[in-house]
Amino acid sequence: MAKRATREAYGKALLELGREHEDIIVLDADLSGSTKTAVFGGEFPERFFNVGIAEGNLMGIAAGVATTGKVAFASTFAIFASARACEQIRNSICYPNLNVKIAATHAGITVGADGGSHQAIEDIAIMSAMPNMTVVVPGDGVSTEALIKQAYEYDGPVYIRLGRAKVEDVYKESEFFSIGQANKVKDGTDATIIVSGYSLNDAILAAKTLELEGLKVRVLDMSTIKPLDIGSVLKAAEETGAIVTVEEHNVIGGLGSMVASFLAEHLPTPIQMVGIRDVFGQSGEAEELIKEYNLTSKDIVEAVKEVIERK
Amino acid sequence: MITYSRQRKQLGGLGMKCEYQEIAKHALNIRKNILKMLCEAKSGHPGGSLSATDIMAVLYFGHMNIDPKNYTDPNRDRFVLSKGHAAPVLYATLAEKGFFPEEELMTLRKLGSRLQGHPDMKKLPYVEMSTGSLGQGLSAAAGMAVSGIVDKKDYYTYVMLGDGEIQEGQIWEAAMFSAHYKLSNLIAILDYNSLQIDGDIRDIMNPNPIPEKWEAFGWHVQNIDGHDLKQVCDAITKAKEEKNKPSIIIAKTIKGKGVSFMENKVGWHGSAPCEEQTEKAIAELEERYNG
Repeated sequence: MAKRATREAYGKALLELGREHEDIIVLDADLSGSTKTAVFGGEFPERFFNVGIAEGNLMGIAAGVATTGKVAFASTFAIFASARACEQIRNSICYPNLNVKIAATHAGITVGADGGSHQAIEDIAIMSAMPNMTVVVPGDGVSTEALIKQAYEYDGPVYIRLGRAKVEDVYKESEFFSIGQANKVKDGTDATIIVSGYSLNDAILAAKTLELEGLKVRVLDMSTIKPLDIGSVLKAAEETGAIVTVEEHNVIGGLGSMVASFLAEHLPTPIQMVGIRDVFGQSGEAEELIKEYNLTSKDIVEAVKEVIERK
Repeated sequence: MITYSRQRKQLGGLGMKCEYQEIAKHALNIRKNILKMLCEAKSGHPGGSLSATDIMAVLYFGHMNIDPKNYTDPNRDRFVLSKGHAAPVLYATLAEKGFFPEEELMTLRKLGSRLQGHPDMKKLPYVEMSTGSLGQGLSAAAGMAVSGIVDKKDYYTYVMLGDGEIQEGQIWEAAMFSAHYKLSNLIAILDYNSLQIDGDIRDIMNPNPIPEKWEAFGWHVQNIDGHDLKQVCDAITKAKEEKNKPSIIIAKTIKGKGVSFMENKVGWHGSAPCEEQTEKAIAELEERYNG
């Protein structure tokens, strides 16, 4: 299977969208080489605007463009989109419900060597708390391409969380993806791993490892965190009775919180969260950091065993 | 790097004719309605609404290409009230122009009203951009101007800034952007009334010298008296003729203009007049207009 970063898939999808649709305007804040919007900018310079290092303005320009009926894609690193430009996204994009797609790359600790200042571990929490915002966190290149294209079709603000590190493609081109719909990657009855983003491959590996030990574990790729696919979550809770959530994000306010708060209201179920335990990241290679912050497939295996005991 | 230089189809013809007597009458009505709606709402911002009234009247009754019956026309001129707390002047102007009935003004700030405390484009569709959080409207207006250039449309985007508002860093990000991309279809008007909530702008955080700053950022700058209808009208005409730069009109104004007990009083930034004060203010406005 091919290995590529979700940001690379974004760049490819954006270019394809640009060739098909004239109403796309792409904006970046001096990171177009890294976010991969430069691919679009190279072919469509008249529809590409670099705003310089000014993320607040980036979001405001995107909002203004969107008022005229165009679809604006605004890209920068997740830390700057969600934190630096937080209030511009809130008041200029979400409050007026404008058609802006914020494709934020370099999310999570797998940014690597740049260190904690550049590793957004709270962006899902911030973006999910805004009314009108849809939050998409794809776990491989194939689903990223499909979901970027869906985000274009979808009317309203979408935050798409993308990574710097390469991940193995999980899906085939022919598979169907829909914003708001979980993908059942593997079925099982003993427990369910609900995962989003970078950890998708590790979650699948964990389920395969557990299978060798005789445990049948379902894996749900929750590539949309908001709105949460509550049907799939409820079904997983009913049918498997134990949930492990996995995310490269703070356990406060991320996928784990979303699943837990939903189930607490509707069907209290034992949950174990694999995620960053409310600490900032640091420099290191992506894989080293995944180990350091206990997000490996081994950690997922242990979490599944623990949660099954609590059934 | 791609930059844009706007080539207009028709120059000069775009400057509509300003009928000053008619505009003055509209300005009077707008001021009266600002006071009435604020009195009814019991909260809101009269000072910065009254300082901006004459400019708004010139824009909507002398310059802007807009039609209340066809308010979604893609070729219409846009207006963004970046100093969103002056919502009453925007609502009163829209009603005066015929976008909605005058009576609706009395719903300002009430539960279920389309007239939110700060302009909300989702509730009131004639509002081009939701504003209120200062510093954000110029970026949105620049975005609208970008679309105009990409689509080769001839509309103008106007944006009203507060003088206190330009203390926000985002204003200067947007200023740099607009000059860089030569958004000559973007016309900003600065309501330079010299007061912000906490006091005189020079004491709180001095933004002076203002014209020099905008010039240094690459804008076409004009300094005018924001209550002289002819000066306002001519300045907008000149701004429309500028072909390579965004324009800003720095309009010296008086906060609370037209109501003697409100003029230059910072206390009237964000408090509404009571009934007695409103009656007195309206009587004075009419007297000044007739005299």
